[in-house]
Amino acid sequence: MGILYYLIPLIVIAAAVVWAVAVYNGLVTLKNQVENAWRQIDVQLKRRHDLIPNLVGAVKGAMEFEKETLGRVIDARAKALGATTVAQKGLAENFLTEALGRLFALVENYPDLKSNANVLSLQEELTSTENRIGFARQFYNDIVARFNIRQSVFPSVVIASAFGFKKAEYFQTEPGTHDAPKVDLSLR
Amino acid sequence: MTDIYSEQARNRRTTFFLILGFFVFVVLVGASLDVYQHGSFDALRVPVSTVVAGSFATLNTVIAFYFGSSLVLASLGAAPLEFENLTHKKFHNVATEMAIASGLPMPRLYVLPDPSPNAFATGRNPENACVAVTQGLLDVMNREELQSVVAHEMAHIKYNDILTMTVVSALLGAVSLLSDWAVRSWRYGGIRPRRSVKGRGLHPLALLVIALFVLFSPLVSRIIAMAVSRTREYQADAGAAEFTRNPLALASALEKIKNSSSPLRSAHRGTAHLFISDPLHRKMDDREGIVADVLSTHPPIEKRIERLKRMAYVMTGGQAPGA
Repeated sequence: MGILYYLIPLIVIAAAVVWAVAVYNGLVTLKNQVENAWRQIDVQLKRRHDLIPNLVGAVKGAMEFEKETLGRVIDARAKALGATTVAQKGLAENFLTEALGRLFALVENYPDLKSNANVLSLQEELTSTENRIGFARQFYNDIVARFNIRQSVFPSVVIASAFGFKKAEYFQTEPGTHDAPKVDLSLR
Repeated sequence: MTDIYSEQARNRRTTFFLILGFFVFVVLVGASLDVYQHGSFDALRVPVSTVVAGSFATLNTVIAFYFGSSLVLASLGAAPLEFENLTHKKFHNVATEMAIASGLPMPRLYVLPDPSPNAFATGRNPENACVAVTQGLLDVMNREELQSVVAHEMAHIKYNDILTMTVVSALLGAVSLLSDWAVRSWRYGGIRPRRSVKGRGLHPLALLVIALFVLFSPLVSRIIAMAVSRTREYQADAGAAEFTRNPLALASALEKIKNSSSPLRSAHRGTAHLFISDPLHRKMDDREGIVADVLSTHPPIEKRIERLKRMAYVMTGGQAPGA
């Protein structure tokens, strides 16, 4: 039995090492994907922050009676710019979304604004930006879910805790609303 | 069962076998012509038709792979976007949103100047992908519907369906060309059976084989198109629902496409399977069963709408749509 006596444990150890490396690499890849997805959200948030002054400028003249709504949009934008953590940003951006929603609803009452090409174009840009933020968040949260699940299920939990992987934060939607549950892609 | 990696692998495999099958088919047609002309392989010194067919097949495969999408776009008269046009701008925005939702690079966008609402994607990989829609689609769809149609095309890109479908398109054109050429040469002389070899037993058989090739090559090409297209549409619909989380928008977009009566003018046999809905409005697409499964490029639109509605039902946790 001589050689087998040493060989079998060696093979087992080698297999374990190969597996550990594969799991570790998988976790690192996911971590990078989470970071990339977050950058994508950040890009879109910045895009929205940049568009708001243009919109406010375009509607200000016609909407002098709606100072409060306009003011709320400007305040919400300032708060969103100051937020730093994922959780803070989530909250601040929700306020901004809400304030913008109210502004758009009011624009409906102003026929000359509704037919203004500049306002229409800005509205399209902001609508798209809202959607981009939504979809970037959806994409980000999906990856975070995969990353966090990988860290908590056996056997990959062993590697994750050994190398000190931390769970990623979800980008929250406003309390009370919820994302539609994920579609099961398998066609059964 | 169908995760994205197995789907992409399946598409690569399908494309490989399609190209191989196409190659063998074309070379066999060439060889049959040689045999037909000379009675048997023994009687000829240089198998001219075989060599011609072989080089034709090689050239065609290379062109299909690298220039397939350009050929398809050109043959359909696709034009780049004009950003002064608000509908084009909206299309660009919606595509950006879907690129984010799917995590894919931004595809190149085109518009077909046609009033019939339809859309397709083409290219050999996600980095070289194009999405084209008709002006008619941009005019009749609201934002959510347009978004779901683009999402459907992005799903085709993500699953790598576009490679298979584009290669099929480019090769299909070649097969029809080849069979036309064979039919012509049969009719107008050029190739005539030699009386002197009549005594050989092989001859009637060879004749039959050629007849089959000439008669069936258009049909064979059809069957290839169908084999790659029908289940794909269901899968891309499901993919679109995953990106937008809004299957009902796609259902209502398909409803609008169904109700538009005019066929797409520039579409033809070779490109029909690329579109989100059959641009030729062929009757066969509305049927079900084995024959329809083999002869049609698209599943019945009713069936797709029904599946999407069921998906929406499941997503809302069993509440009625809109509740």
